[in-house]
Amino acid sequence: MAELTLVEAVNRALAHALEHDPTVLLLGEDIGVNGGVFRATLGLQQRFGSARVLDTPLAEAAIAGVAVGMAAMGLKPVMEIQFSGFIYPALDQLINHASRLRNRTRGRLSCPMVLRAPNGGGIHAPEHHSESPEAMLAHTPGLRVVIPSSPARAYGLLLAAIRDPDPVVFLEPTRLYRLFKQEVIDDGESLPLDTCFVSREGRDVTLIAWGGMLHEALAAAETLASEGVDCEVIDIATLKPLDAETILRSVEKTGRCVIVQEAARTAGFGAEIAAVIVERGLYFLQAPVRRVTGYDVVMPLARLEGQYLPSVARIADAVRKTMEAA
Amino acid sequence: MNWARARANQALFGVCSKKFLRADEKHAAAPYVTLTKLEAGPMTIGVSFQIDFLRFLSASGELDPATPREAIDPELLLGLYRAMTRTRAYDGKAIALQRTGKLGTFASALGQEAIGVGIGAAMRSEDVLAPSYRDHGAQLLRGMTMVENLVYWGGDERGSDYAVPRSDFPICVPVGTQVAHAAGAAYAFKLRNEKRVAVTILGDGGASTGDFYSALNMAAVWRVPLVVVINNNQWAISTPREMESATATLAQKAVAAGVEGRQVDGNDVIAMRHVAHAAIAKARDGGGPTLIEALSYRLGDHTTADDASRYRDVEVVRREAEKEPIARLRKYLAARGLWSEEQERRLAKDCAEEVERAVAAYLATPPQAFSAMFDHLFAQLPESMRDQYEEARRFAPEDGGHG
Repeated sequence: MAELTLVEAVNRALAHALEHDPTVLLLGEDIGVNGGVFRATLGLQQRFGSARVLDTPLAEAAIAGVAVGMAAMGLKPVMEIQFSGFIYPALDQLINHASRLRNRTRGRLSCPMVLRAPNGGGIHAPEHHSESPEAMLAHTPGLRVVIPSSPARAYGLLLAAIRDPDPVVFLEPTRLYRLFKQEVIDDGESLPLDTCFVSREGRDVTLIAWGGMLHEALAAAETLASEGVDCEVIDIATLKPLDAETILRSVEKTGRCVIVQEAARTAGFGAEIAAVIVERGLYFLQAPVRRVTGYDVVMPLARLEGQYLPSVARIADAVRKTMEAA
Repeated sequence: MNWARARANQALFGVCSKKFLRADEKHAAAPYVTLTKLEAGPMTIGVSFQIDFLRFLSASGELDPATPREAIDPELLLGLYRAMTRTRAYDGKAIALQRTGKLGTFASALGQEAIGVGIGAAMRSEDVLAPSYRDHGAQLLRGMTMVENLVYWGGDERGSDYAVPRSDFPICVPVGTQVAHAAGAAYAFKLRNEKRVAVTILGDGGASTGDFYSALNMAAVWRVPLVVVINNNQWAISTPREMESATATLAQKAVAAGVEGRQVDGNDVIAMRHVAHAAIAKARDGGGPTLIEALSYRLGDHTTADDASRYRDVEVVRREAEKEPIARLRKYLAARGLWSEEQERRLAKDCAEEVERAVAAYLATPPQAFSAMFDHLFAQLPESMRDQYEEARRFAPEDGGHG
């Protein structure tokens, strides 16, 4: 057992997949000798060769497109997009091809690929490096969207994503890459996809988050505990397909819900969760569902990003208001 | 044969090989690169290139005496002729079906049959095709059935579940995106040491996309077994070739990717198959990608949803029709004593009957059940979609529905 950061856990999962499945290969910009700009693929080209850990020319659309072609021919490509804002050129291939190749061919061809990318802000990165595009990806039929929130979940969920027979977008919270270490058993055990995890049990209010925001939610829960408010915290982990049952079970117990989302508010993934709760759990509620989100503004550059991102103070404030209602 | 090459240490830069240019190739007729001389004194420029244009059979059916013997084997030529005729018979019927409301939008390949047939004839069954929406000529030779193609254009996904070319990609509608799929497939073949080649076809409009260039560039860096064919039919819906690109040829875009690029008369099926065959053989032997620009003319509308008379001169189309591929090969075959009017009548009858059988089978195809929307979305439908599935079931028409 080893104490690993999230980015090290990603590296271990990739190494495990490369070692145990000859059809797995990695491709992306600067992932070879350089080990990726975040070092997620550090040492893997040395160990597995440049044919399976493949540096690509700088063309995201083509990276995604060749991954579709590789996957259709029986490989399991794991592509790295260097920063979340550079996913956009690859959307055409993701939406028009990767997500629908199986459906278009009635299962004759399929697309078992993973798109890995850093996600979200909080590291004072340059422009276009701190995006949270998960909602537009979750809106696309045929894609799975997974966002881990800890080293252990990154390890287990990434292995599950690579083994999944369909395309998975795996968004790694940049802020968590080196934020903390956790014991991770490098035994090749995956975690279940399509499943939300209860990260903290509580009885008064359900706090829902994913990725980097899970830690703000957990920190807010600690603050609120000292005020006598007992929060249950749910890690969404797989946004699509969404495990509504775990959410509804919790809301049935607590009767209150606050959703935390780093992305801009309108049509964000929190809106989908709120809709599911209203459609299927309205009568559990003792207070309106609240969202704490990024504002509907362009992701600010480094100096203002701290004021854009949902903070412990904003989350705690929303929970207090929720507790005051009714 | 002088294949196109980038030659180092020459003083010229970007000049077409003029001896191959024909006056009737308007896009290739004029010098196209003007160098601004910045300083006096000799220029030292590192690279020059030339793009060869290949044609064996003229529009009037005369064969170039330098044509290689293996390119004009009688059995080969008769096969190509039959395949082009079959493609055209199918194409015409598909348009008629659309006009009578029995088929959705269809993209005709009229006048471009030699391109698809030349490519299809040059590929092996284990190779993989990534077609665009105008490539049924190649697909029919690959083993896709007429029924499958009708089912597809008729609005049913089962039409892309080819029974024979199981590894071929389905028709690609987003223009240019298929080049990357073929490049990725070619990478898989190379990684596994398989002697297979990926072939993709796009149009002159597709050659303007970044997807085309970036995929070709990537394939070249990795030296994968890929052949990219541009069906330059001079029109991207209403946009003429000269408004798509300022380059004298589309083949020279290969130079910017570092691969061999060549032009061929896409209405000469003998040259078309020959060039495709050479490029595929080279790819199979580890020689890397080739870009082929096949010059043709779109004699029909872009699709059945288009009316080309809005934007082009019918007189030009009439003149271009005189160069179409089937008549010119027929003239040549007849002159060689390989083809008779009786054979022509029999072939026409066989093709018409085959097409009629396909249409009958298409029209008799029962509709998909509601569940078809869900069945192949994922390997296994997520539990969270169960309620949507049940909703669709509840509102599905009892007879299965007809769209």
